[in-house]
Amino acid sequence: MSGESVRKLAVLAAIWAALLLAPYWMPPLGGYTALGTRVLVLGLAAMSVNFLLGFTGVLSFGHAAYFGLGAYGAGLTLKFLAPSTPLSLLLGMLLGGVAGAILGALIVRRRGVYFAMVTIAFGQVFYYIAFQWSSLTGGDDGLRGFSRQPIDLGLFSINILSHANSFYYFVLFCFAIAVAVMGFILRSPFGRTMLAIRENERRARFLGIPVERHIWIAFTLSCFFMGFAGALYALVNNFADPRGLHYSQSGDFVMMAVMGGMRSFWGPLLGAAVFVVLQDYLSSVTVNWMSFVGLLFVLVVLFFPRGLLGVIRRKSEA
Amino acid sequence: MTQLLLFNVTNGLIIGAFYVLMALGLSLILNLSNVINFAHGGFLVLGGYIAYTITPYVGFWGALLIAPPLTAAIGLVVERVLIRPLYGRDPLYSLLLTFGLAFILEDGTRFIWGAQGKPVTVPAFLAQPLSYEFFFITGYRLFMVSVVIVTVALLFVLLRFTRLGIRIRAGTLDLETVSALGVNVRVLRSLNFAVGIFLAGLSGVLAAGQLGLEPTMGAGLLMPSFIAIIVGGVGSLTGTLLGGLLIGVASGVTAVFLPAASEAIMYVLMAVVLLVRPRGLLGEEGMMT
Repeated sequence: MSGESVRKLAVLAAIWAALLLAPYWMPPLGGYTALGTRVLVLGLAAMSVNFLLGFTGVLSFGHAAYFGLGAYGAGLTLKFLAPSTPLSLLLGMLLGGVAGAILGALIVRRRGVYFAMVTIAFGQVFYYIAFQWSSLTGGDDGLRGFSRQPIDLGLFSINILSHANSFYYFVLFCFAIAVAVMGFILRSPFGRTMLAIRENERRARFLGIPVERHIWIAFTLSCFFMGFAGALYALVNNFADPRGLHYSQSGDFVMMAVMGGMRSFWGPLLGAAVFVVLQDYLSSVTVNWMSFVGLLFVLVVLFFPRGLLGVIRRKSEA
Repeated sequence: MTQLLLFNVTNGLIIGAFYVLMALGLSLILNLSNVINFAHGGFLVLGGYIAYTITPYVGFWGALLIAPPLTAAIGLVVERVLIRPLYGRDPLYSLLLTFGLAFILEDGTRFIWGAQGKPVTVPAFLAQPLSYEFFFITGYRLFMVSVVIVTVALLFVLLRFTRLGIRIRAGTLDLETVSALGVNVRVLRSLNFAVGIFLAGLSGVLAAGQLGLEPTMGAGLLMPSFIAIIVGGVGSLTGTLLGGLLIGVASGVTAVFLPAASEAIMYVLMAVVLLVRPRGLLGEEGMMT
């Protein structure tokens, strides 16, 4: 084995060890397990945004819509359809993904800032639906009145409702599956084609790659991941919030990806961890936390456009 | 019924006029600098609050004249310090930066002027309805619409006949050639940005007289302006003008029949336009696509 691949394996082992042991090392450092669960879910969302942004080079600024759709899909399933956690996750993911597939087909020919604008505007459609249709969605108050259900495995069932740790491991399990699928797609020929489009769209087109179709598939896949993350988020809070669909939430996701390092697979997870912890801390010490978050955006863009992992990687190469 | 319809169409036109002012500023900056200015709503609010603050000293008319250039001056500083380093980089970065800036502006106005809404008084003779039958046509509304019409006309004259305007239009089409011909592109972009922010500030002052002031009002006006640009076609200012009026009237008319959908209709309109004519009503093929 070459040094490079040994290093990669070591990093991977370190990441998974840290994630697996989080309920044990977080509390001594002043965190709490539920914070870790939120980092995992929002990290998965940021990685889904980055699947499109970092690996296909397409900027969607409306991805919170699919995240929120996943959350409402899961919440509505638990509230009205059946008290089943796996079913709620599945239907939440489907809702986000199918909506993404339909809208993606409409906007896939746009590029650059125009693409970003159209995704923002379409994302807001779902925000207004969630906001206005109060009889179904609870409107401004959000969707309440549902809770995650124990996982029934036949012989025994896992209580994920009241045990913070077992819920954390359940979320970690879901996270691992989603991340494995994502990694698998990126390693496949399809994933390599996405990179080709990112690097040089015109050349990819000349090579006979149907660029629009690939971008549409990448967009749709990323919306499925997003819907899955959103469904998990509804289970985290036992609540779905219309503000989870708003474009400012999309901005947060893009920021997590950029702050962590959008050229790397794990960067967005790191970005999400820093962002969530920082926001949690700031909103507990100052009412003007919005200004500080805004300042963070400005500083990252001006001074760390490559993100944390980008900076580390550069240092180690130099 | 006719009265109700007329009332809402007038309302729609007035709201549309706002969208037009907002969207024209956004569009100018987008076309020349490829920057989606998320902070545009923040500048609008800033303009309104500046007017509110100076009204006791200079009166309503003074504030109307002074606040927009003042806002534009602040915009100029912001462009110089924060946005200029980002030209030529991925548009993602300017988007994120103005997004953060919008947070700072909203929170800043809340910090300085308080979260509570502020009422703004307009001169008494403007506040009166012009006739009792058409109670909704107050002098202020007519005044607002006339200001918008004059401003838009002046903007198009500026773009059509002055050297600055011609350079802005040329830069929109091909910035590299304009630069090669010896035009200082940096200054051009700064001035263009200032014109855009001036329009935001002016809409802020006008909105303050009609709606009062709240720190969050800018974000609410931002999305319709986006839609106006998309419907009208990115790259075309006339398109933006048309798009703004169209969605204003559409939401006004919808408010008569189905009040809950008055906001949704804008998105429906946008979806239809994108389906039938992806480049927008007056957008040119190949511009920004």
